[in-house]
Amino acid sequence: MQPEVEIRFTLNGRPVRTHVPPTMAVLEMVRERFALTGSKLACGEGECGACAVLLDGEPVLGCLTPAVDVDGRVLVTVEGLRHKADLAPLQKAFLMEGAVQCGFCTPGMLVAATALLAEHPHPSREQVRRGLEGNLCRCTGYVAIVEAVEDAGKR
Amino acid sequence: MTLIGARIPKLDGPGKATGETRYLSDLEVPGMLHGVIRRSDRVHARIVSVDVSKALEVSGVHAVLTARDIVNVPFGHGKDNTPLKGDRVRCIRDEIAAVAAETESAAAEACRAIRVEYEDLPPVFTVEDALKPGAPEIHAGRAGNLPFTYDYAHGDVAQGEADSAHVVEGEFVLQFMTHCCMGTSAILAAFDSEGRLTLTSLTQVPFLYRRDMAAIVGMSPEDIRVIQPPIGGAFGSKLDIYPFEPIAVHLARATRRPVRIVFSRHEEFVSSPTRQPMRVRLRSGCDGKGRLTFRDAQLWLDNGGYTSWGATTPFVMMQTFSSLYRVPHARFHTKVAYTNNPYSGSFRGYGNLQATFAVESQLDLLAEKVGVDPLELRLMNSQETGEKTGQGLEFVSCGLRDCLESAAEMSGWRAKRASPALKGNVRRGVGMASMLHVGGGAKIYRSDGCGSVVSIDDFGKVTLVTGSTDIGQGSETVLAQMVAEVLGVAMDRVKVINSDTDVKPWDVGVHASRTSYVAGNSALLAANEAKAKLLTAAADLYELPKGELSLSGGFIMRGAEKVDALDKLVRTLHFTGKGELLVTHSYFEPASVKQDAGFFGNVSPTYAFGTHAVEVEVELDTGQVRVLAVSAAHDVGKVLNAMSLEGQIEGGVVMGLGYSLTEELKIREGKVLNPSFRDYHLLTAPEVPPIHFKAIETEDPSGPFGAKGVGEAPAICVAAAVANAVHHATGVRFTELPLTPERVLNGLIAAGVVRDPLA
Ligand code: FES
Ligand code: FES
Repeated sequence: MQPEVEIRFTLNGRPVRTHVPPTMAVLEMVRERFALTGSKLACGEGECGACAVLLDGEPVLGCLTPAVDVDGRVLVTVEGLRHKADLAPLQKAFLMEGAVQCGFCTPGMLVAATALLAEHPHPSREQVRRGLEGNLCRCTGYVAIVEAVEDAGKR
Repeated sequence: MTLIGARIPKLDGPGKATGETRYLSDLEVPGMLHGVIRRSDRVHARIVSVDVSKALEVSGVHAVLTARDIVNVPFGHGKDNTPLKGDRVRCIRDEIAAVAAETESAAAEACRAIRVEYEDLPPVFTVEDALKPGAPEIHAGRAGNLPFTYDYAHGDVAQGEADSAHVVEGEFVLQFMTHCCMGTSAILAAFDSEGRLTLTSLTQVPFLYRRDMAAIVGMSPEDIRVIQPPIGGAFGSKLDIYPFEPIAVHLARATRRPVRIVFSRHEEFVSSPTRQPMRVRLRSGCDGKGRLTFRDAQLWLDNGGYTSWGATTPFVMMQTFSSLYRVPHARFHTKVAYTNNPYSGSFRGYGNLQATFAVESQLDLLAEKVGVDPLELRLMNSQETGEKTGQGLEFVSCGLRDCLESAAEMSGWRAKRASPALKGNVRRGVGMASMLHVGGGAKIYRSDGCGSVVSIDDFGKVTLVTGSTDIGQGSETVLAQMVAEVLGVAMDRVKVINSDTDVKPWDVGVHASRTSYVAGNSALLAANEAKAKLLTAAADLYELPKGELSLSGGFIMRGAEKVDALDKLVRTLHFTGKGELLVTHSYFEPASVKQDAGFFGNVSPTYAFGTHAVEVEVELDTGQVRVLAVSAAHDVGKVLNAMSLEGQIEGGVVMGLGYSLTEELKIREGKVLNPSFRDYHLLTAPEVPPIHFKAIETEDPSGPFGAKGVGEAPAICVAAAVANAVHHATGVRFTELPLTPERVLNGLIAAGVVRDPLA
């Protein structure tokens, strides 16, 4: 067993510190060390996007990114997307457009869409569709999700 | 009506959009151990020995169980499966041992350390081989590997043939497809100090589950409580009990600790049920004008190594062969054969995707023979409200004709059909297909009912305790809407409790598109009774004529005048006089019947209809099929929640497109070749075409506010419409799915449409 490594970073706006084995992934760390279970493990192989988190504002796959990589950086999970007590406009759009069914893909979708909107505040439908390419959803057929992201971009 | 038909966001949406909702894989309880299963790596073999000694040495391991350590009770529809396999494995999923340990990785390490010695047995991989005389017997005592056959007929097929001017005949081959729920299979089993068992389970049928589980693990059903947490998709996959579930119970019993099992994605691909694969041989006929004369279907189903609900899909399929359009004479024969392949369960549509693919493909072939537009042929044969089919299905409301016309109109059918567009190497075409499915459950048990309790507390908050189950489809929101509508309160004044068998009244479960209809009618009964109680009480209290009172905006109203606030009236009832609580309950039993031995009878109180028209583009030199648009019209009875309805339609259409174009769980010699998202191609957002949808409101006389169920409908008639469109575009008829570029290119080459680039 390799020794654990100390890492310090900003998690959803708060400075935090923890020890992780070098093999641990970000997803496991946020779920097990910080009880942030919003990010989901749906494949563990980088194929579905359910584990997506924002690292310095960029979307990364929590299941593949080593936890040690977040040392000194800013990590945001789905739990960090809301604006204080209120939901973010994107989250509201997801609810208002019916973009949530079983909800298992939703955290990853929200993270991917947040990154997309940061880059293209008013994305076209095509940009949204391509921006969500790495996120699988079995329930919605993506239609309402794409509409919600477009809608959030119009606000 | 104010709430019915509105776009109402899901009640459970906020928790899901913030990441706060806890799915089973997010739940940890004190003392919990992790269960992992050691599965077979042979498809058909005798187990010579299982050595667990090394597994027991792994640190953190609490128990290692094999078949020798438990009472291994046979279970399932064929009573041919057991939690752990003792002497023989029959398919790649087979559970040989299970470990409970403090961490998942320790349990997995221990599983790997188990040594299994096998002696291979001759395998059987196709139905044809399984049914050959002298084929290896997969289950001792099940002669001929033939556990089930189904026979149905109405009319006289010979007469139908004699009446036919045109007959078409062909074979259709349908693939394994897997659910790909984003949340994998999981269970948490925990005994309390009195020996009662709590199962936190993803089941879709909690009450049947409790009963069946009790038999498997040797308990009495009353000692089992089923808690249903939010779940990451189901689509039929959780309609049966699978071995991992009793295994978790045995591990919890052996360790006296709560045990949770959560499948890895790989395990989910390899070891969860699939859509039933099959071969369908169909003959269809019509007269000179195009009126259908008969259908004669023979089906061969690959049952895999054990029996789950996939083996019972003929029950649904025969309805499509007998009753989708007017069919004067029909015959249906099915053989279900054991093989050493994975076994199938129930999957949204329950065989109907397969049956509809065959039936609707042949309708186009008949139209071509007669020389009429496929739309005309379908309109000519479509039923009307009030008709009863040869199988005894009673269409108390039927919007099939409207569905056909609307889908055609939305797709620009007439213009596009007249001239398939050509653009160099790219051909365009349109095709359509319809579907018939139960719209209010299916009476396959003694009761197909659902219980409800409505209570209004001292603060005017309404609680609906419903027997029904929500699997993410949004039923809880729709039920709350109905109750809010009746009681004249806002949506946020209604809470729905539906996840604990210790609390909720009985229900069959979520399947057969029954929840809106059956649980809806049940909730309405209880809500209406609560309303009557309130109005009677107000009439007595204020000495007003009851007939002039109504409920609206949280008040008892007389015309536009407020008589009393709802909460105040409830408090008055509670704290003065008789001390009455505002609690009502109901049980709704749909007016359907259990079919007789010949499968005749009105199995559902109402039926759903739908038509999809699909436009495709086919690239001739690559075989790539691109769907440009889907126009879907569905007879939904009445729109209850426009947003959740659209969500069901869109999700179902895209699932159907996956079945048509990309999805296949590839099985070779019993093994799964593509157990990952990378190799099992689910459609992604950029691949989804525009979906146009029109709801046809036939206002079903028996449905809640006129509604019928549509949960399964939108997935059903996609594949046939796609294949019909590809035929329109290229002139080539495809009878196997999915329509991958490779398959299509080969088909185009074989038909001489394009030249073989390698030739
Ligand atoms: S869980 Fe990370 S991509 Fe699927
Ligand atoms: S909402 Fe269920 S997977 Fe997307």
